[in-house]
Amino acid sequence: MLELRNVSFQVDADGQDKEIIRDISLKLPEGRLTVITGPNGGGKSTLARLIAGIEKPTDGQIFFRGEDITSWGVTERARAGIAFAFQQPVRFKGLQVLDLIRIASGRQVSVSEACSYLSRVGLCARDYIGREINASLSGGELKRIEIATVLARGAALTVFDEPEAGIDLWSFQNLIQVFTDMRERMKERSIIIISHQERILNTADEIIVLRDGRVAAQGSKEDVLPGLIGTTSAIGTCRALDSESGGIVE
Amino acid sequence: MMKLDEMQKRLLLEVADLHAVPEGAYNIRANSQSAGRQSTANIEIVPKTEVSGLEIRIKPGTKNESVHIPVVMTQSGLKEVVYNDFFIGEGADVVIVAGCGIDNCGNQDSQHDGIHRFYVGKGAHIRYVEKHYGSGSGAGKRILNPVTEVYQEEGSSVEMEMVQIKGVDDTERATIAELAAGARLVVRERLMTHGDQRAISTYTVHLNGEGASADVVSRSVARDHSYQKFDAKLVGNAACNGHTECDSIIMDQGRILAVPGLEANNVDAALVHEAAIGKIAGEQLIKLMTLGLTEQEAEEQIINGFLK
Ligand SMILES: Nc1ncnc2c1ncn2[C@@H]1O[C@H](COP(=O)(O)OP(=O)(O)OP(=O)(O)O)[C@@H](O)[C@H]1O
Ligand SMILES: [Mg+2]
Repeated sequence: MLELRNVSFQVDADGQDKEIIRDISLKLPEGRLTVITGPNGGGKSTLARLIAGIEKPTDGQIFFRGEDITSWGVTERARAGIAFAFQQPVRFKGLQVLDLIRIASGRQVSVSEACSYLSRVGLCARDYIGREINASLSGGELKRIEIATVLARGAALTVFDEPEAGIDLWSFQNLIQVFTDMRERMKERSIIIISHQERILNTADEIIVLRDGRVAAQGSKEDVLPGLIGTTSAIGTCRALDSESGGIVE
Repeated sequence: MMKLDEMQKRLLLEVADLHAVPEGAYNIRANSQSAGRQSTANIEIVPKTEVSGLEIRIKPGTKNESVHIPVVMTQSGLKEVVYNDFFIGEGADVVIVAGCGIDNCGNQDSQHDGIHRFYVGKGAHIRYVEKHYGSGSGAGKRILNPVTEVYQEEGSSVEMEMVQIKGVDDTERATIAELAAGARLVVRERLMTHGDQRAISTYTVHLNGEGASADVVSRSVARDHSYQKFDAKLVGNAACNGHTECDSIIMDQGRILAVPGLEANNVDAALVHEAAIGKIAGEQLIKLMTLGLTEQEAEEQIINGFLK
């Protein structure tokens, strides 16, 4: 489905070359759920942006369904079947949730169909379908709308960048359900989730650990997870709750 | 419908959403002539004799009625100044739809200057909708210079929706309002300029009575080489609330000048001005492109949403 061949990404930071992604090669077969984890600043979001075409690799090639898409723009890749849920969703003055879902699905979906995507992420559809995607939405609401929008795309490959960020614990269970449902339905589709959450890591067919722009570990969850538990790359739900409520994190 | 040609009918649809003769009271002005007029039991429309224009008298307590007074111009080189006075009786609640469409295929400028005065009685409520539209490929300009004066008595409320999205080359809009105690004014202006167009909008709102409030919000987009100036001044002479906001997107070589003006002459006057001008955020474009839109399509969606 997706292959990265010796992909590097370098930026110019204050006159100095800074290598954010270093010679990464990966193969993600069809029908797989891959979770990418790793420390803050490890390059996860950058990798996602390279896959979506928002950034172009300074070296290497990207293949999607057997085609070299390295030079393709964002629109072309989206139309070819790549979807991307941002870590920090974008706000739009004036555009409504329904507008965005319609743009995402590429057709004039009915209001009830649009609502079904919102329900899947635990939003009471009636209250949100006509809302503007502006500053009046809370961070968690915005994040869920982002996920609903990406679900509406029904893409062959979907990349979620930290989908759990800002989502409360009660809804967290729902969110896991969204991914497991997608997984059941997908068969020939693939999902990449960037996450630090143990419970999301637990749903993975494969885990990739990214550190300093390199693949530090890759394999089945049985192989990779034990080495991660207790590190910052896999935060248990209770510990996340502790830190949210200002409690002590060991 | 009456004596209107196809082009005039099309303009009427653009500016007043009218497919046929409207219900209720109306006056349709086409190329400086009245192409149809109707008064109702509660709303009387009388032409002025000294100057061109109308007197529109709405009886106290009139509810759920509407007045349409659209203007269409299709003759190149026409220049007119029209004075319309509205007298809205106490406690009335009506919708007034104005609007002007100019199609100019000739080489001479066409110009309509509408001077509208509203005398809004105690406790009355009006919703006023005014759309401006221009079309035609002639070198002659389409010019609209509306002047709106609003005099609000105690406890009255006025909502104004002003829209100018396409085709008007030059506009100087002046809006003046005086509000007595408890009166409320809400203005929503939406504007898009393109080509070499120029649009200037000036508001002066006097909040004279206790509890008066005004909320003036302009959303605009300036494309190509166009120029806009938004000048909104609130004067608080009593314990009152005032808010103005100018929120603009610039594109291409567009230019926008926002001039905030707040004058508080009473210690209990609370006045706020907000202004933001900037291009479309890159991340908004990218987000919509990841949903499959091209950059141009993304731009259109963002602007349409913004001006909706
Ligand atoms: N355009 C850029 N210019 C300079 N540095 C950049 C640029 N983009 C990313 N970086 C740096 O690259 C590193 C990787 O960033 P990235 O956002 O990919 O990390 P991440 O793994 O997603 O982290 P997190 O877990 O915090 O989301 C960071 O140190 C970041 O500051
Ligand atoms: Mg990140």
